[in-house]
Amino acid sequence: MRIPILKLHNYLLISIQIDLDDQTAIQFQEDLLSKIHESGATGVVIDLTSVDIIDSFIAKVLGDVVTMSDLMGAKVVLTGIQPAVAMTLIDLGIHLQDVPTALDLEQGLIKLRQELEE
Amino acid sequence: MDFQSCVNIKKEWDIVGARQLGRDISRKIGFGTVDQARIATTISELARNIYLYAGTGKVCFEALEDMNKKGIRIVATDDGPGIQDISQVMEDGFTTSGGLGAGLPGVKRLMDSFDIVSTEEEGTEISVVKWLR
Repeated sequence: MRIPILKLHNYLLISIQIDLDDQTAIQFQEDLLSKIHESGATGVVIDLTSVDIIDSFIAKVLGDVVTMSDLMGAKVVLTGIQPAVAMTLIDLGIHLQDVPTALDLEQGLIKLRQELEE
Repeated sequence: MDFQSCVNIKKEWDIVGARQLGRDISRKIGFGTVDQARIATTISELARNIYLYAGTGKVCFEALEDMNKKGIRIVATDDGPGIQDISQVMEDGFTTSGGLGAGLPGVKRLMDSFDIVSTEEEGTEISVVKWLR
């Protein structure tokens, strides 16, 4: 299964709408980095509104992809993390502290624009 | 409610299958969305540990009901190498697989009770319970 990555001007938009298995998550990591490379995108929004579980593995993959994209020169914002997911992550002891987040896609794009203008 | 169902963990996709079944069962028991997420995440962590460290095993669910409370018991069993030092794997951040080391200590925080029995060369059984509030 592949997660679609949409390009909009300098941004890449991803909405994860499936229950992520490990293989799909790893594949997504690779796909996103290649897409950043070939498109020259400077900002990425990963929307997690439809994701109702993030376990430690998926959290690691998401945290890593943010760091990896940053190394390549693209900023990533995670948006739409559900209340139940946020509570579960903290119980798990996962704080994703260095990961930029926003309430929804719209706020995420605003945050990206601000970060890229700085 | 008195039933038990199990999911065999043999391939990576079974992790997803196990947590989806566990979530369905917990919804039927009456857990809210936050506890459903806690239960599904717990199952995911336990099933992944089986897949990563033992190769194969199973995760079983049991709906619990007594006079005044309902809950779910999740039992993850494998015939893997066992855990040498249980206190070490219960430490936040300890990992041998390059993960976050959040799995077992995290599961303990997500659930109401947590029991682990592990024998070297024989396997591991982890049993957790979440009660409905």
